[in-house]
Amino acid sequence: MEVFLQQLINGLTLGSIYGLIAIGYTMVFGIIGMVNFAHGDVFMLSAFIALILFIALQQFLGLDALAPSFVIVLFASMALTGLWNFAIERLAYRRLRGSFRLAPLISAIGMSIFLSNFVYVAQGPRNKSAPPMLSEVIKLTSGGAYDVTLSYKQILIVVVTAVLLAAFWFVVQKTPLGRAQRACEQDAKMAALLGVDVNRTIAATFVIGAALAAVAGVLYMLYYGVVNAADGFVPGVKAFTAAVLGGIGSIPGAVLGGLLIGLIETFWSAYFSADYKDVAAFSILAVTLIFMPTGLLGRPEVEKV
Amino acid sequence: MAEASPVRAALADAARYGLIAAALAFPILALRAEPDFSNKLVLEPRWSWMLGAAVAAFLVRLAVALAPARAARKPAAAKAPSGFAKKATKAFAAFGLGLIVAWPFIVLLTLGPSGALKWIDNYGVQILIYVMLGWGLNIVVGLAGLLDLGYVAFYAVGAYAYALLATNYGVSFWICLPLAGILAAFWGILLGFPVLRLRGDYLAIVTLAFGEIIRIVLVNFSALTNGDAGIASIPRVTFFGLPFVAGPKGFAAFFDLKFSPIHRVVFLYYLILVLALITNLVTLRLRRLPIGRAWEALREDEIACRSLGLDTTKIKLTAFALGAMFGGFAGAFFAVRQGFVSPSSFNFVESATILAIVVLGGGGSQIGVAAAAIAIVGGSELLRELDFLKQVFGQGFDPTQYRMLLVGLAMVVMMNWRPRGFVASRTPTIFLGERKTIAADLVQEGRG
Repeated sequence: MEVFLQQLINGLTLGSIYGLIAIGYTMVFGIIGMVNFAHGDVFMLSAFIALILFIALQQFLGLDALAPSFVIVLFASMALTGLWNFAIERLAYRRLRGSFRLAPLISAIGMSIFLSNFVYVAQGPRNKSAPPMLSEVIKLTSGGAYDVTLSYKQILIVVVTAVLLAAFWFVVQKTPLGRAQRACEQDAKMAALLGVDVNRTIAATFVIGAALAAVAGVLYMLYYGVVNAADGFVPGVKAFTAAVLGGIGSIPGAVLGGLLIGLIETFWSAYFSADYKDVAAFSILAVTLIFMPTGLLGRPEVEKV
Repeated sequence: MAEASPVRAALADAARYGLIAAALAFPILALRAEPDFSNKLVLEPRWSWMLGAAVAAFLVRLAVALAPARAARKPAAAKAPSGFAKKATKAFAAFGLGLIVAWPFIVLLTLGPSGALKWIDNYGVQILIYVMLGWGLNIVVGLAGLLDLGYVAFYAVGAYAYALLATNYGVSFWICLPLAGILAAFWGILLGFPVLRLRGDYLAIVTLAFGEIIRIVLVNFSALTNGDAGIASIPRVTFFGLPFVAGPKGFAAFFDLKFSPIHRVVFLYYLILVLALITNLVTLRLRRLPIGRAWEALREDEIACRSLGLDTTKIKLTAFALGAMFGGFAGAFFAVRQGFVSPSSFNFVESATILAIVVLGGGGSQIGVAAAAIAIVGGSELLRELDFLKQVFGQGFDPTQYRMLLVGLAMVVMMNWRPRGFVASRTPTIFLGERKTIAADLVQEGRG
C-alpha cells in the first residue's frame, strides 16, 4: 500500500511534466499535421536555459531567495525558449509546408540532432548538477514498513502545471488567438480566406508549445537536479507517446496521456523492472498507433484524395 | 520620406536577425556552466561566442538579402540530358569505380604498408560500410518512400547474429554472413508486419521505438548479450578458411608472402566493396522488376497505388525485408571487422547518420547516396585530422564534436533547399515513346 501511494505521487509528478511537453506535440500536429521531432530537444534546451539563469541570478546578482528567482527563471525561460522555437519554425519548417509529407519530419530530425549537439558543444558533455533547491519533504504516513513522502518540489510541480494549464486553456478557448488557432486547425485555407493570418497563428502555436515545454524544462531541472545535452530524446519520445495515447490533436488528451504515461512508467519501475521502463513506454507507443491510432480522446482521421 | 532604399531595408532586416541570434545565444552560448573545485556550477562568460553568433546571423542574412534576385525558376531540369552529358556521367562512374577498386594499391604504393593502414581502414572500409548501409536503407526510404528511423536495429541483428553464433558455436563467418542477412530480413518482416499499415510519419516513429527497444534489450538481456560490456574476441575474418595470422598455416605463408597485418585489412576492403556492389546491383535490377516499379509508385502516391489494385502491405513488406537483409549483411561484416560488438554501436545517432546519408544523397539516387556517405563519414574522419585548429582555437577545441552538429544542420538545409536531393530529378523506369527526365518539383506527393 505504501509503495502504491508513493508511486502514485511520483507518477503524477512525472506525468505533469510529460503532459506539458505533449501539448507542444499535439498542438503542432493539430495545426500543420507534422510530428515536431525536435520538440524534445527544445525541452532539453529550456532546462539548460533555466539552469544557467538560476546560477546567473545567484552569481551575478546575489539573488539567493528561491521564490523570486524561480518566478524570474520560469518566465525568462518561457520567453527565450519561445523565441528559439519561433526561429526554428521560421528557418526549418515554414518553407516546407506543402512539400512532400516526410520533408518537415526529416527537417525536424535534423533540427533535433542540431539542437542536442549545439548544447553539447556550447555546454560540454558532462552532466550539470543544479544546486539542491527546495529539498523539504512532508511525511504522509509513518510507522509502516516504508514512509510515504510528498516533497515540496512535487507539490510545486503539480501546482505550477495546473495553473499554467488553466491559463493555457483560457488562451485557447477565449482569446482571439485561440480562436484563430482552432480555425486554422479545422481548415487553414478557409481561415486564411476569412482574414486569419495563418503564418502568424502557426508561429504563435510554436511559441506557446515551446513556452509550455520550457515550464516542463524548469520543473524537470528542479526535480531531478541534473541536465545533460542528451536528455531531450527519451522524454521527447515519451511525451510524443503521451500525445498519441491521448489522441493526437486533442489538448485534454495530451494532458491525460502524459499523466497515464507517467503513472505507467513509475508503476512499471516499481513492480516489474526499472531496466525495461523505456521499453514499456515505447511498446505503448507502438501498440497505440497500431491498434488505436486515434488515441483515447482523438477524432478519427479521414484521408481525402 | 520616400521608400527606403533596398540596401537600407536589407541592413535593417539583417540587424533584426543579428539581434534575435544574440538573444538566442545569450544564456546557452555566452555563459558556460562548469563545476568548480567544490563541484558547484560556476558560469564562465564567453561574450565573444555570443557576438560571433550575432555577427554571423547578420552577415548571412545580409548576403541572402543582397544576393541578386534569381530569375523565376522554371523546372529547369525538365530538359532531357544530352548525349554528351550521358556519356560524361558514364565515364565518370567508370572512373570512380576504377579508383575505388584500385584504392588500396594506390595507397599502398604511395605510403607504404604502415602508413596505408589508416587510409584503407578508416577512409576505405569505414566509408564502404556506410555506403552499403545507405544503399540498403535507400531501398526502404528512397525507393519505397517509407521513413525508417530504426534501421540500425537490423544492423545490430546482423552483428549480434554473427557474434553469438561464432563465439558460442564456432560457426564460420562464411556461413554466418547469409544467416545474418536472413535473420535480419526475418526481423524486418516480424517488425514490419504490424506497423506497415500506418501512415508515413507514424511509421517513422514506430520504427524508432522498435530500434530503441532492440537496443535496450541488448543492454539488459545480459545472460545472452553480456549487456553494455558487449561481446569481445569474435573470431576474425578468414580468407575462405585461411586465417590472417603469422606462421605456417596463415594466409601469408600459403601464398608465399611476408606476413603483414595489411593483408587482412585489404581483404576486408574488397569484401565490403563486393557486398556493397551486390547491394547496388540487386537494387538496380529490382527497380526494373514489377516490384521495384511498385515501390516507386507507392512512394509517389499510396492511394493511387491502392486504387490500381496493388497490395501495398506486400510491397512495403518486401522493401522493408530487403532493406533489413542488407543491414544484416553489413552488421555481420561490422562484427567480423571490429571483433567486438556492444549496444552502444547501435544507438539512434547511428540510425540518424544512415538516414542523413540517404536524405542528403537525394533519396533514390545510388550515386548520390554513395557521395553522401563519402562526404559524411569521410568528412568526420577528416575532422579528426584537423589538429592544427587547436592552435587557432585553443587546446580545448575538438573538431570531432562538430560532426553531428554539421550533419543535423545539413539535413535541415537540404530539406529546405532541395527536398528531393542533390540529383533533383527522376528518370522514369517505364515510359511511353521517349524517356524524359522529370523535374523533382513536378513529382511531389501529397499535394493539395
